[in-house]
Amino acid sequence: MREEGSDNLCAKALSCVRGDKLLFRDLNFTLEPGQAGLVTGPNGVGKSSLLRLIAGLLEPFSGTIHVPTSVAICDDRMALDENLPLQDALRFWASLDDRPEGDCTDAMAKADMSHLAEVPIRYFSTGQRQRARLARTFLTAADLWLLDEPANGLDTASVELLGQSLQAHLKYGGIILAASHITLPISFDLQLELTALEEMETPQ
Amino acid sequence: MIGALKTMIWRDVRQSYASGGTWLPVIFYLSAATLFPFAVGPDRDLLLQTGGGILWIAALLATLLPLDRLVQPDLDSGFHDQLLVRGIADELIAFARLISHWLAFGPPLLFAALLASGLMGLEGPPLVTLLASLAIATPALAGLAVMIAALTAGLKGAGALGGLLLVPLAIPLLIFGAGSLADQSGSALLFLSAVSLLLVAITPFAAGAALKAMRE
Repeated sequence: MREEGSDNLCAKALSCVRGDKLLFRDLNFTLEPGQAGLVTGPNGVGKSSLLRLIAGLLEPFSGTIHVPTSVAICDDRMALDENLPLQDALRFWASLDDRPEGDCTDAMAKADMSHLAEVPIRYFSTGQRQRARLARTFLTAADLWLLDEPANGLDTASVELLGQSLQAHLKYGGIILAASHITLPISFDLQLELTALEEMETPQ
Repeated sequence: MIGALKTMIWRDVRQSYASGGTWLPVIFYLSAATLFPFAVGPDRDLLLQTGGGILWIAALLATLLPLDRLVQPDLDSGFHDQLLVRGIADELIAFARLISHWLAFGPPLLFAALLASGLMGLEGPPLVTLLASLAIATPALAGLAVMIAALTAGLKGAGALGGLLLVPLAIPLLIFGAGSLADQSGSALLFLSAVSLLLVAITPFAAGAALKAMRE
């Protein structure tokens, strides 16, 4: 069960099933405002599923999860119109979230994308696409940021810059839960290591 | 809520017209209308008698053309997920899609029907009836397209399956729509309106349920 509206992020006895495979079970953790958590584990263990589950895009198999009302998720998909210049594509989400125009400029500056504001997204490189996804995430005023491999394809300077934005979000009482294989330059209050469950009982 | 709806519709409409996808059904429609007189010969009476029905069938087939770009691209690009995370329900997304698709599909189709009826020699009251029946049916055709696109999203060969799904669902529209051309009393148009209204009303729920089921 997923309940919105709490201050913190709190999972109790959380289990997730994809297809007929049990990914993880009995997951318990709490993140208070201003705290960051890091999910680690091998490929396919369920890190992305955990983030999608918290975002409400998957139903938990059992257990409860309490989340803040506003959540932002940044995964490997753009969710930006490829043919539009970056600022116009971001403007769609800004107007959907009732954010003022200036927030787009701020979000692009935070992701070091200001010089690419008028370039259509289909021309972006791998790293630039990732920064555009991050800019889209910075644009939301969400309390909880769920970041799936946020540093993928970023150069060292961009990872540093990402660290600054994450730091600022935590300072204002935001919560971050990230899954990353690349070391992120912030200190995590919680390490969540998912391990592969042995092939065992198929849930009924 | 209303603001979000407006934003979504505006994005879809702008994208449809900018990508040129809007004109594809129009060109198809005009080609079908152009080919028909070549196929049956330039007999004026025959064309007058059958032209309206052919234009109706062409409208149904034109419905199939935009199926693959109604729902699938937004699922693939993560747009749909980002909307859901903001608490916007699948039904509302489908409703926005219905309206935006109708805005990009209905008016150009009616314009094409006006041009094509000239090729069939339709004029006067029959022309008015044809345009009225198509105008009443375009929201339902847009709704069917959105429903079928949501149902077949993620499937291989979605296009062919979409064609199969459209045929039974569109039969009531075709019966009353094409029927209205020969009907003097106007009751066929009323039945057509009823069918159209029904299809439009169930579209957000049916398409929303299909989108929900896909996430399981």
